[in-house]
Amino acid sequence: MIELTDDICALAKDVPSPGEKFYPVFEPTPELAAEAHGYVTMYPEGREQSAVLPIIHMVQEKFGFISARSIPWIAEMCKSTPIHVAGIVSFYPGIRRKCPGKWHIRVCHTIACAMSGGEDLLKFICGKIGVKPEEMTEAEPMAVSADGLWSIEAVECLAHCGFGPNVMVNDTLYSQVTPEKIDEVLEDYRRRD
Amino acid sequence: MSEITYKPGHEPHPRETRRIFRNIDRVGYTPSIESFLEDGGYEALKKALAMEPAAVIDEVKKSGLRGRGGAGFPTGVKWTFIPRGNTKPVYLVCNCDESEPGTFKDRFIVHQDPHQLIEGMVIACYAVQAHYAIIYMREEFPEAAKIVREALEEAEKNGFVGKNIQGTGYDLKIILHRGAGAYICGEETGLINSIEGVRPYPRIKPPFFPAAIGLYGCPTIVNNVESLCQVRQVLLRGGEAYASEGAQRSPGTRIIGVSGDVKKPGYYEIISGSITYGELLYDLCGGPKEGRKFKAIIPGGASAKVMRCDEVLTGRNPDGSVRKMSIFGVPMDLDSIAAHGSMSGSGGVIVMDDSRSMPEMLRNLNRFFAWESCGQCTPCREGNPWMLKLSTRICEGKASPEDVDLLKSVADNICGRTVCAFGEACSWPVQAFTTKFREEFLALTKPINAFKPHNPESAEARKYMTRED
Amino acid sequence: MSPEQPILPKDAAAAEGKVNVQINGTWYRFPKGTRIADACNSVGVHVPCFCYHTKLSVAGSCRMCLVEQGMPPRLAPGAIPTYNEDGYQTIQWMPRAVVACANTVAENMGIRTNGTVCTQARRAVLEFLLTNHPLDCPICDQAGECKLQEYTADYGSPTHRFTEAKIKKGKHIEIGPRVNLDQERCVLCRRCVRFMKEVVGEEVLGVVGRGGHNAIACYPGKTLDSNYSMNVVDICPVGAMTSRDFRFRMRVWFLKSTPTIDVNCGTGTNIYVWSREQQVYRITPRQNDDVNSCWMPDSHRLNYRYINSESRLLTPLMKTDAQAPQRAAAWEPVVKAVAEQLRLCSPEQTAFIVSARLTNEELFLAGNLAQLLGVEALDIVPRRGEGDGMLISSDHNPNSMGAQIVLHKDGSTLDDIRRGIKLGKIRNLVVLGEDVTAEAAIPSEHLVKLDYLLVMDHTESATTRAADVVLPGVTFAERYGTMVNVAGRIQRLNRAIDPLGGAKADWEILAALLRECCGDLPGAAAHATSAQEVLNVMAAQIEELGGVSWASIGNQGQQIIDTGVSIPLIDREKANK
Repeated sequence: MIELTDDICALAKDVPSPGEKFYPVFEPTPELAAEAHGYVTMYPEGREQSAVLPIIHMVQEKFGFISARSIPWIAEMCKSTPIHVAGIVSFYPGIRRKCPGKWHIRVCHTIACAMSGGEDLLKFICGKIGVKPEEMTEAEPMAVSADGLWSIEAVECLAHCGFGPNVMVNDTLYSQVTPEKIDEVLEDYRRRD
Repeated sequence: MSEITYKPGHEPHPRETRRIFRNIDRVGYTPSIESFLEDGGYEALKKALAMEPAAVIDEVKKSGLRGRGGAGFPTGVKWTFIPRGNTKPVYLVCNCDESEPGTFKDRFIVHQDPHQLIEGMVIACYAVQAHYAIIYMREEFPEAAKIVREALEEAEKNGFVGKNIQGTGYDLKIILHRGAGAYICGEETGLINSIEGVRPYPRIKPPFFPAAIGLYGCPTIVNNVESLCQVRQVLLRGGEAYASEGAQRSPGTRIIGVSGDVKKPGYYEIISGSITYGELLYDLCGGPKEGRKFKAIIPGGASAKVMRCDEVLTGRNPDGSVRKMSIFGVPMDLDSIAAHGSMSGSGGVIVMDDSRSMPEMLRNLNRFFAWESCGQCTPCREGNPWMLKLSTRICEGKASPEDVDLLKSVADNICGRTVCAFGEACSWPVQAFTTKFREEFLALTKPINAFKPHNPESAEARKYMTRED
Repeated sequence: MSPEQPILPKDAAAAEGKVNVQINGTWYRFPKGTRIADACNSVGVHVPCFCYHTKLSVAGSCRMCLVEQGMPPRLAPGAIPTYNEDGYQTIQWMPRAVVACANTVAENMGIRTNGTVCTQARRAVLEFLLTNHPLDCPICDQAGECKLQEYTADYGSPTHRFTEAKIKKGKHIEIGPRVNLDQERCVLCRRCVRFMKEVVGEEVLGVVGRGGHNAIACYPGKTLDSNYSMNVVDICPVGAMTSRDFRFRMRVWFLKSTPTIDVNCGTGTNIYVWSREQQVYRITPRQNDDVNSCWMPDSHRLNYRYINSESRLLTPLMKTDAQAPQRAAAWEPVVKAVAEQLRLCSPEQTAFIVSARLTNEELFLAGNLAQLLGVEALDIVPRRGEGDGMLISSDHNPNSMGAQIVLHKDGSTLDDIRRGIKLGKIRNLVVLGEDVTAEAAIPSEHLVKLDYLLVMDHTESATTRAADVVLPGVTFAERYGTMVNVAGRIQRLNRAIDPLGGAKADWEILAALLRECCGDLPGAAAHATSAQEVLNVMAAQIEELGGVSWASIGNQGQQIIDTGVSIPLIDREKANK
């Protein structure tokens, strides 16, 4: 039968992640479908497929990541096919196929941030949240801490190059981050529990 | 006009002219419509709505405004590419997928002064008679997405967007479409495909402009955030007045983002061509860090060719006579630097001092481009990982001198053979770095490395090697 | 216009809706809108392509077809163009190569494929394609018909410079019941993706991943199981998509390809039969834009194993006595015996059931034989079924139209024959190319009650087992002949392999019987030495076939009548043009 190579598995199976306990499991409900339909109506008639990114963002915000089960649902919502949605999901780095931690840290390591210490900062944060930098690979750029509280990912340019190194925690950007500063920031998030 | 105070550390340098960034980091200014209206907001729109759409286009053409996304194409001319007698709907897309490393101007506009963009967009839409417009915002700006959505609602409540704008009978719907973290979506046809919900592969040229066939096969105008804000400035000042200011071929103000090894990196809004790179770096940015010297400058975002600071360039005086100068003598307009083999692109200046290893810098850029290649066409898909592997090997001291030439040759093979400009964007840095800093690359290489295995499959051959140095 | 000013080539071309294009130094004229790749290929200047396929949308992504292009220099406003003595403007060559698949020709355009711009571009693209390719040609089924292999030999670099670790992707993925995928061999031309989406209308294939990790995939849980799935194997320029039926069975350079037509339905899909030493290994579609475009259904493509099956009839069989078993016999005595027996049969008590799977020539000879014997009860076995809205016709006989033209029969009197056999009114039956127990619903017990049953067929069946005499005919792969498809197009069958064993081409058997039966009566068709000669006799006698000859039909067929029936896939293709 089908030899499940890594590429195929990446589509078919969800990679387990300790972050899952902080997010609900994807469940298609009429409410969810109604919300998805709202995105579809944003676009001109007959262009349902345009809503694929908004719907993906919605699913990712609610459930943390795009699970294998959600792909056919998304396809149905925007009148597309699962393989088409899988093609989109696997293309964009901003769309996750693995559940992140409760707090998702993105560290920029593109040229300007790298010059101001982004690479070292990445290693520093890894140490802080208890993941090994080697866990971040090209195939799986995001590493999740064992307690599921944190996930970390090195990302390309966050467009704030004059004020590097830049770090995003969930939706918030922190600039000119030093180890001391990130210590405080992470501590602050930890206290929010 | 009331006195403007800026947050500490963000005060404009005397040589700056803050127009687009007038309200950025301004004390007491919020992204709300109240702040904007207090500052004279939506007056340019009212002016535009009183004109014929064609007259607005003429005004923008007259202004000589050139796009600020990187290519510098005249905005007004782009608008006229909509086919005559077009019966399909016209779309306008605002490209807010700012992702060229080194560029960070649009971020401030959408986070702090979104109404400025919306006003510019409505004017542009009115000019090209678009009734549906999309702000394509990169995924990494989640807060801006909220801010812009709120701003759109406010604008609609105040009758600047939506049905029957300002009682003129002109309707316009603006939606916000978020990307998902792909550099290639900054390419206008890749962006259009991303909106259409297909893989954001750039489309083949021709058609060279989506103004002919774009979103959903309809005429589509794609403008950068700053360009649309500049459209507002054109309307406020008048096309001729706008054209008379700054460099003749690229008038208006420019927003320069400086990053890297300077004392005071950040954004600077200057009149185009009013200062040189030297003045920018030594005067506005405070010069190199203590005890350091400038070594190299990438003058227009990561894909621009790097310039050596000790390179002797041949420039021309206003009277036509030839003069020798360095990059520091080149004026900061859209074209001057292009005459010296680089480009001013989207205004992102990345500065490197003598503490930097150029091969490391290049490796970082190679990684960026290898990661961001969409993989649609062969040279870029296969060439970028190859270049990354080569530059990594050079940095790790595992390369031979021939590998430096090979790296350049791979870049030459990509350049000019791809579907979109990404092929140039990824190969120009390699060509420039390996040519201009060749000695640094060669210093890291050893001839013996040519005989060592570079992949797991040929590692078996290692056992026959008797020399390790 | 004064006589000193001859008409410029541009005006002459424009008058016929064409443009002048210089290709490698020679001027040609092409219709406006012709793609550069098509223009070059049509004049023998080869432009290599991976992603471009004339039947699919243009992707322009493989970059293999890069050519050097030039146009006349752009004139300053108000300037008048100047023309050289041949009437053309000078060409200003562009430093950047353009793709020949996505660009169309224009007046005074220059194309160069032999300059350094083009040769270097091709070499670079091939080098890139091979960087992450596994280079496993020795075990690849595509070897010998692989575009990557061919282009590398023609345009590639003799050395390789890539020494890094290759990107690993999925191998031998069973992407569908009939197709295997090797992602590492793939050049990501997306022909398969576009074919499934645009031609079949099922979006089951897609590209996943990004950048260097892009790969073709099928969504998990779904498979590439369309009845047209194997066409992706044909259009795949490399060994990424391979046929599971053909995998590892034969190196393609040992195979001979014979252009012929498919006989599984009335469409008459144009095909190649690939054979070696009397063995058929595979069937692939052959382009015919009026019949099947470039495609064929899997079910038809794979229906070839019966040609070399164990149950083929390889020698004439006859019973010496009604109760005796069938015994092998030599052709000559059998034909004599049959002729003798047929002459003894009462024409009123004799019927012919002929197959609409026979060629026109065979039907004609069968008709002659019946006529000579005075037999009036003759009909075909109709096979009405479901069409698939693509290429499979609802008429599952390949030559019903031929039977109508040649014999004026459409199966409507088959019921009478069947009833006649049941009631015992028909005592003698000649069956040509049919298993009447299965297809014509004549039970075996009725057949055994017959006085005389003569069967000509290529494979053993309940009908042949009940026969007094069995004459071994051949399959479509072993015969020459013509058939008329549902749309009224006459097409040729060519012999891919010689008749197996002692079998003989059906027209030869019928001609021999005819000669034997009629004795001294000279019949032109009976004395024909080839199927082509029979066709000539028919062409002189049958109105619809007037002027038709083996040569006039050619490999693309010839429209002879308007049946009002069309092929849905072709209709769609023409509508989309």
